[in-house]
Amino acid sequence: MIEKALKGNRNYWIWISFLVLVIVAGLSAYSQQQWFGLTVTGMSRDVSWGLYIAQFTFLVGVAASAVMVVLPYYLHNYKAFGKIVIIGEFLAVSATLMCLLFILADMGRPDRVLNVMLYPSPHSMVFWDVMALNGYFILNLVSGWTVLGAERKGIPPPRWVRPVIYLSIPWAVSIHTVTAFLYAGLPGRHLWLTAVLAPRFLASAFAAGTSLLILVTLILKKTTGFDAGSEVRNKLAVIATYAGLTNFFLIGTEFFTAFYSNIPSHMHSLQYLFFGLDGQSNLVPWMWFSLMIGLGSVAVLLIPALRASSTWLPAACTGLVISIWIDKGVGLILGGFVPSPLEEIVQYSPTLIEISITLGIWAIGALLLTILLKVAVTVKNSAEG
Amino acid sequence: MMNEERRAFIKKSGLGVLACLGAASGLIPKFSLEKTVLPAWDEKPVPGKIRWGMLIDTRKCIEGCSECAAQCHHVHNVPEFNNRKDEVKWIWKSSYNKVFPTASQQFQSEKIAGRSYLALCNHCADSPCTRVCPTEATFKRWDGIVAMDYHRCIGCRFCMAACPYGSRSFNWQDPRTAIKNPSLAYPTREQGVVEKCNFCSDRLVKGLLPACVEACPQQVMIFGDLNDPKSDIRGVLENNETMQRKPELGTKPSVFYII
Repeated sequence: MIEKALKGNRNYWIWISFLVLVIVAGLSAYSQQQWFGLTVTGMSRDVSWGLYIAQFTFLVGVAASAVMVVLPYYLHNYKAFGKIVIIGEFLAVSATLMCLLFILADMGRPDRVLNVMLYPSPHSMVFWDVMALNGYFILNLVSGWTVLGAERKGIPPPRWVRPVIYLSIPWAVSIHTVTAFLYAGLPGRHLWLTAVLAPRFLASAFAAGTSLLILVTLILKKTTGFDAGSEVRNKLAVIATYAGLTNFFLIGTEFFTAFYSNIPSHMHSLQYLFFGLDGQSNLVPWMWFSLMIGLGSVAVLLIPALRASSTWLPAACTGLVISIWIDKGVGLILGGFVPSPLEEIVQYSPTLIEISITLGIWAIGALLLTILLKVAVTVKNSAEG
Repeated sequence: MMNEERRAFIKKSGLGVLACLGAASGLIPKFSLEKTVLPAWDEKPVPGKIRWGMLIDTRKCIEGCSECAAQCHHVHNVPEFNNRKDEVKWIWKSSYNKVFPTASQQFQSEKIAGRSYLALCNHCADSPCTRVCPTEATFKRWDGIVAMDYHRCIGCRFCMAACPYGSRSFNWQDPRTAIKNPSLAYPTREQGVVEKCNFCSDRLVKGLLPACVEACPQQVMIFGDLNDPKSDIRGVLENNETMQRKPELGTKPSVFYII
């Protein structure tokens, strides 16, 4: 089946070459990081995680959102999603791969990564997260590939694949819950020490991931002629709308608890992110932009006429993805480190090398997604045609 | 013929008796004919029997002196990069509201708020760092010390996120280039691993006090077994008002302060 990714038009190859170029740049930056150490990044003793772990957090959400198409289709027999289940699953596969690569990029000693498996430590959430992510990667790849293979041959998928798909549904919830637990159980990091972190992660995941899926279907329609249909997109948009609303509601509850209780340690990180603390405020414009564009996008999506519009829908989806990317991929992780345990404010900004590596990993994910979707769309188009 | 069999039998049974004696003397210490002292065997660690702790009498600490940190950092080959981003430190001085952010009060006496206080790893009884470590590269020893295995650490820095005291440092770059006067007493580390105060487990095993305790010209620190009610440190804890850093987090620090 994979041979279908080897035949494409000029634009397809230009896109592939572009991605390969970005990957090569990322690899070269990574070799610098390997040689000189993580000192080439903007991270420090005080802000000890940065762009990598933030991207990881955001992408776990994208991966988990596949459940929003798998669940209605397989559990509720919502037939319209039949066309895009495979896209959701392959998006999850690519996002999960990026998650794993971002963890690897962040490690001081990536050569020792297998220690996580050699010395399994169930008391550590990382252990569970690595298990959950690798499992999710395999579940989605196996189920997506098998169902697609059956479709190509024009036969029903084998029976054993159904339990695998059913298992992927709670598994999707588990990956983002465990990812939230990475942060939500640390004493002294008040921005993260909140029981709504896992629910918030799930809500933002279902909003951003589903929006991204809508955008992918629109790109596919434009580039390959494979149209998921406006009914599907509309349904996805409804899911994104209410997931987005839930997300902003949960952010609001964080503000209430912190500021009504007036407990300094609970307010500090939010103050730093949204208003600046002790004159340090490099994330303030980002956070307000995120909040405004997010709320604006949800408002657009709430109006049925705009939601169905072919210009407003992609605009609102893009807005929601950007909003949540800033919220999770920038603010949440960096904000957790400010102020430091000794109440010092140290700001972080990524270096060029760090950004190159980040873009390289995104390009690897995009390349895998392109290849997988190329196969999927070719199979689907020839099955229809 | 007969004699040959007898010979073999006596030889074998003799060997058997010797083997039994040997095994017994190995398994039952009382049975051994010669008393051998094998520290690794004799002082078999009993988890939780000892809990090393430290008490810092900040009233005696001289402002501007940091002999303790200098000695500790020299003995343990802690690199000095002279920039905050790559900084590695095991013990250092900081202000009251940084070391005790949750204990600072309104209208605190200038005498207390103006002094500097020592900060180091608390070797918590319920340490969050060891809980989050995915490889047990940082772990709780039988004597309460939170130790590091630099050869197992994958450099994920989870322990740094988990430590509510900012006691951990990461080797953002090769530390060996920044050690001016290397010491032979303790190995250097590699780029990409986390490190922190080890309560001088390397010195305790030789019967020495921690380097900082020894280096202090004012005998500010008292080091001892918190589980031994007759130890000096317990005596001072009994008779003075002391405090721990961020006790509300339930980490049960083993470092105590007299303010």
